[in-house]
Amino acid sequence: MRYLPHTSEDISEMLDVVGAAGLEDLFSAIPEDCRRKTGLDLPEPLTEWELNDLMASLASAMAVSPEYKVFVGAGSYEHFIPASVSYLLGRSEFSTAYTPYQPEISQGTLQAIFEYQSYVTSLLGMDVANASMYDGASALAEALLMAVRASKLRKVAVSSLIHPFYRRVARTYLEPAGIEIVELPYLENGRTNLQELNGTGDLAAIAVQSPNFFGIIEDLEAVGNLTRDARTLFIASFTEPLAYGLFKNPGSLGADIACGEGQSFGIPQSYGGPTLGMFACRKQYIRSMPGRLVGKTLDRDGKTGFVLTLSTREQHIRREKATSNICTNSGLCATTAAMYMASLGGTGLRELARLNFDRTGYLKQQLAAANLKIPFASPTFNEFVVEFPEGFEDRRRRLLDEKIVAGLPLAPYYPELDRHCLLCVTETKTKNDLDVLVRKLAG
Amino acid sequence: MKEIEELSFPEDVRYTRDHEWAKKLEGSKALVGITDYAQDQLGDIVFVEAPEVGSAFKKGEEFGTLESVKAVAPVYMPLSGKILAVNGALEESPGLVNEAPYTDGWLLEVEAADFSELDGLMDRDAYLEMLKGLES
Repeated sequence: MRYLPHTSEDISEMLDVVGAAGLEDLFSAIPEDCRRKTGLDLPEPLTEWELNDLMASLASAMAVSPEYKVFVGAGSYEHFIPASVSYLLGRSEFSTAYTPYQPEISQGTLQAIFEYQSYVTSLLGMDVANASMYDGASALAEALLMAVRASKLRKVAVSSLIHPFYRRVARTYLEPAGIEIVELPYLENGRTNLQELNGTGDLAAIAVQSPNFFGIIEDLEAVGNLTRDARTLFIASFTEPLAYGLFKNPGSLGADIACGEGQSFGIPQSYGGPTLGMFACRKQYIRSMPGRLVGKTLDRDGKTGFVLTLSTREQHIRREKATSNICTNSGLCATTAAMYMASLGGTGLRELARLNFDRTGYLKQQLAAANLKIPFASPTFNEFVVEFPEGFEDRRRRLLDEKIVAGLPLAPYYPELDRHCLLCVTETKTKNDLDVLVRKLAG
Repeated sequence: MKEIEELSFPEDVRYTRDHEWAKKLEGSKALVGITDYAQDQLGDIVFVEAPEVGSAFKKGEEFGTLESVKAVAPVYMPLSGKILAVNGALEESPGLVNEAPYTDGWLLEVEAADFSELDGLMDRDAYLEMLKGLES
């Protein structure tokens, strides 16, 4: 699809047709007091070289790899991006395509999304995946709204070990709609406490993240058992889909909806975005699902083709009763993730996940051997929590001068976890990097 | 789409302005569906969203939606009552609404609260007259 801006002749011709004197006339329906009367207070335009300088100075304010050794994940992960992904993504057929508003003329775009959907369902063990959403946080919020629609109940239980930002986004979506959110506390082993749930009677959903914010693999099967014969939907959220290369996927453990962040799959961290909301569910809930959906079909000559399907869920047809106000997707990021998954394949994902798991296990073991406390005993994937002795914060800051980012302090998100840090290890860190970190932290 | 003369409108049902029909059965039971005109306007129906059995609706309330390949249409109760049954065959074969809107393609079986509500609906002739008004 090409981007064709209007010329001033185009604009005046169109204004003539609708009988408007100027562009302002088109906004006359908007009440005066809702309209801005002054121009936007924007800085003066810059030359290209001035802009490059500005961007460079903004970029240098961050501690990023490879200049820094970054041991922080917490929702955004540093993974190697294969050259095949960067090359394919640079092709203009992919990089210039936008969400298909006149979809069926864009067969290539639709096929790329269809393949993305197919990989996502296979990774998560679900029946159907949508064409993607903005990010892991909005995917969770949409999943909770979907559970409310499907169950016709208006209360949801959300694990306190779901990413703190995701929970904030969920509250923004749900609370104004009068949907009650109950937060499930966590246990001493670093997993969500399901015992205090007192049955699922009035719950539209139980949402749990695995690996959770402490990096721990949750007992998804236990949640699946709770919701199996109930109206309650089991939502499995995630920030690190690579874990499912090694651990059982949400679908096989009874999840009704699996949703989360796909940034790990070939998408650069880029100061937090753009990102990729993955969203998949069981087939029985397909009509309650938000977002666009690409299907594969045959045309009248029997040739394979791709279409946007089940659009009757969406707002251009169903208006205010649509399943969501989202009528776009993160097209380029979804295409990237499809290329990444195709580049690695099932075996590659498994091996890479194993590498993350092993390296993380090594660091955990070495830190424990150096007498640092690992407070939560449950198995982890590529992140874990460490408790440091008094005075640690100074040491962590000094390490920053040595270009090492030694984890994320948890106290701002979990005030009871003073001196606790979340550390992340991916395939980008060598054994030597880990040994250096242990020496500096323990020494 | 067909001409009105090609569509069928039985004598033994009552019609609403929103193109639903209701038919009195034995006891306090009534059958509800959409008219041949409505199914023809919608085109191939691909999904029927039916209410829960046991729920109750007032006359004129929306009880579900019909999805065709190009549109979604709400359907309204022609009379007040409790839902006794929904047509399970439509889950697998929603096209029955197109093929046989007054028989196999029925939508609801209702326990009518008050049959006198049917008197306020149109008979065949009045409905046909209304349709002709819409077409002209």
